[in-house]
Amino acid sequence: MSSTITTRFVPQAKARPPRAPEVNYLNVAYGVKSWLLTTDHKRIAILYLFTVTLMFFLGGAAATVIRLNLMTPTGELVTADTYNKLFSAHGIIMVWFFLVPVVPTVLGNFLLPLMIGARDLAFPKLNLLSWYIFTIGAVITLWAILAGGVDTGWTFYTPFSTRSARTNVIPTIIGIFISGFSSILTGLNFIVTMHRMRAPGLTWFRMPLFLWAIYAGSIILVLATPVLAVALILIGVERAWGIGIFDPELGGDPLLFQHLFWFYSHPVVYIMILPAMGVVTEIIPCFARKNIYGYEFVAASSVGIAVLSFFVWAHHMFVAGQSVYSAMIFSALSYLVAVPSGVKVFSWTATLYKGSVSLRTPMLFAVGFIALFTMGGLTGLMLAALGVDMHVHDTYFIIAHFHFIMVGGAVMGYMGGLHFWWPKMTGRMYSEFLSKLAALIIFVGFMLTFLPQFVLGYLGMPRRYHVYPPEFQILNVMSSAGASILAVGYVLPLFYLIWSLYGGKPAGPNPWGATGLEWQTPSPPPPHNFDETPIVTTAPYEYSLEETDGVG
Amino acid sequence: MASANYSILAHHFENLEQQRETETMGMWLFLATEILIFGAIFTGYTIYRVRYPRDFEAASAHLNLLIGSINTIVLLSSSLTMALSVHATRVGRQKMLMTCLTLTIVLGATFLGLKALEYYSDYEDFLVPGLRFRPGEWTELTPPANPQHVQLMLAFYYIMTGMHAVHMLVGMGLLVWLVLRARQGMLTPVRYMAIEVIGLYWHFVDIVWIFLLPLLYLTGTHHGSDLHF
Repeated sequence: MSSTITTRFVPQAKARPPRAPEVNYLNVAYGVKSWLLTTDHKRIAILYLFTVTLMFFLGGAAATVIRLNLMTPTGELVTADTYNKLFSAHGIIMVWFFLVPVVPTVLGNFLLPLMIGARDLAFPKLNLLSWYIFTIGAVITLWAILAGGVDTGWTFYTPFSTRSARTNVIPTIIGIFISGFSSILTGLNFIVTMHRMRAPGLTWFRMPLFLWAIYAGSIILVLATPVLAVALILIGVERAWGIGIFDPELGGDPLLFQHLFWFYSHPVVYIMILPAMGVVTEIIPCFARKNIYGYEFVAASSVGIAVLSFFVWAHHMFVAGQSVYSAMIFSALSYLVAVPSGVKVFSWTATLYKGSVSLRTPMLFAVGFIALFTMGGLTGLMLAALGVDMHVHDTYFIIAHFHFIMVGGAVMGYMGGLHFWWPKMTGRMYSEFLSKLAALIIFVGFMLTFLPQFVLGYLGMPRRYHVYPPEFQILNVMSSAGASILAVGYVLPLFYLIWSLYGGKPAGPNPWGATGLEWQTPSPPPPHNFDETPIVTTAPYEYSLEETDGVG
Repeated sequence: MASANYSILAHHFENLEQQRETETMGMWLFLATEILIFGAIFTGYTIYRVRYPRDFEAASAHLNLLIGSINTIVLLSSSLTMALSVHATRVGRQKMLMTCLTLTIVLGATFLGLKALEYYSDYEDFLVPGLRFRPGEWTELTPPANPQHVQLMLAFYYIMTGMHAVHMLVGMGLLVWLVLRARQGMLTPVRYMAIEVIGLYWHFVDIVWIFLLPLLYLTGTHHGSDLHF
């Protein structure tokens, strides 16, 4: 194992074995102020970790009440109005305050400079500022949700959101608008850092594939988010002053809002999934002890997904009255996205093939990701077909499809990444048994929650309804039962990860025997990441099947 | 690394060249996001402009072309003084730097003052959709214009010029900050990145106006009598 390290990392002076330093980024300073005024990317990642975890459990709480309400066909738990506010809150919190930021701001922030051998991101103060902007946006949105709520759904479709809704639409969109600047600044910071701050010898094709995925996601953040900002401004203007920008009665066009909204919101689903794909691409080679199959193709597929993501948005509007010809073109373009996604899945499976696979916790999440993402992706192809989409549009089939991508994909990938890099972030190991149990519970709970929803949707149960015909009850009860299992799986890591900080075994610099610059600095890393700037002479993945000791 | 440069090199960069390249790239990328912001709103404008050409032209003809034209000249001049102040920093001419920066601020303030005056005259002329607007005025035109579509055009006028004005205000704040830095001797031939990237921003805001002028003011057929204050 040590031979792998020396070929990969050649310090400018003589090679020293990495050991736990007296000073690391966690103990370099103490006190609330040292955290709130930090410009260290690693500390900012921890700040984000707190914020997005809180948002995840708030969004999850809304989902819990939704599932409880759907246990009975008549929806006895909450009123229809409350139900509308609950699914809106769930969508808004989960999309903008958890799924979009989670992997880039927590794992990306922590790892990007470490992986490229830099001392920090290009703009450290901007990085801290983006956390503050994010937090302010989150507080405003949460306030709007708690003080009356909003009932438009996370999509804010007009003219409902501009004319009929009697809820806190404007405060909510102000919160989302503000948090958008955090997205833009984070994406900008990442892109510039990767262009300008790489260590000597670290060419683009020596970058870990996680960074290619973060890069592709950042491009989407930077280019798509401004369009959402405009769509939200226009809603605010129309709602506040009664100008008919999207109102057909006043000469406007509601379809324009949907175009602007999905021009952001379709690429945004790739912001959620691309970094998670990058996480999985790091985990699989490490626990298969094999180099990634087809490095260049995986790198190109990330960029390919980012580019194609900007040309498929109108597949959300097949039944919204756009021209049939543009629907056909957007249908065909949507099929194209399957190509780079397929490249990734084939690459992961080819890497596993004849590998020395050890099913440690991160690997369980990664394998779960492949299974669930593939199902989500294939049902996405069904939805790209015009005829099928007409049938299942706005049904639970859509809900099941995108939860397979978002929860089965993005959240699984994030959980895998969190477990993979947790020893690096904290210097501690967590309970292997409990974490494997959590991975298993999440997978089983997820399947039970969302597989029935495919059937429900295909049978015609519309999304966002507070009541449903009694014959759908069995499938809904199955789904709610699965959600309760899923909840256990999500709460469990909260306990054993926090416990690991106090009782976990010291992890050492490289507990998984992984290759990559971040594993060659101590855990937790020192404030400046590397004592000497590393010089990179090899590819990012240097695994070989012969030396499998130390893992498994 | 020269010791004189030590204080301006941030801890996470290897050398000044890397730091400068990084800062320039950051600003260009930020301007790319700005293009998308204005691009989205231009798209919305264009769609309705194509759909309701007659109404948009009628509304455009009521805008204050005189102030719009003067403001164009004012803003272009401010771009010149901005470029000169960047140049003055690079060659180390402190007095010229202060003069040009002050001129840029004065020109920017002139633009915003004239814009405020124009908004007031629009208010006087019943050109505020929803709040102060006379639908009857537009149906009496020959050929008549649809008041609702006219309001749509006016809404875009306020949103677009308003967003531009907000960018101007941000730019003015940055310019004032630059003057303070120049006074402390913190804008020098070695230490010029702050004014360099703010200059890029200022020019970008000017270019946006170059697109706004024809889209908003030159769309309608204006007569000599329209050139009013």
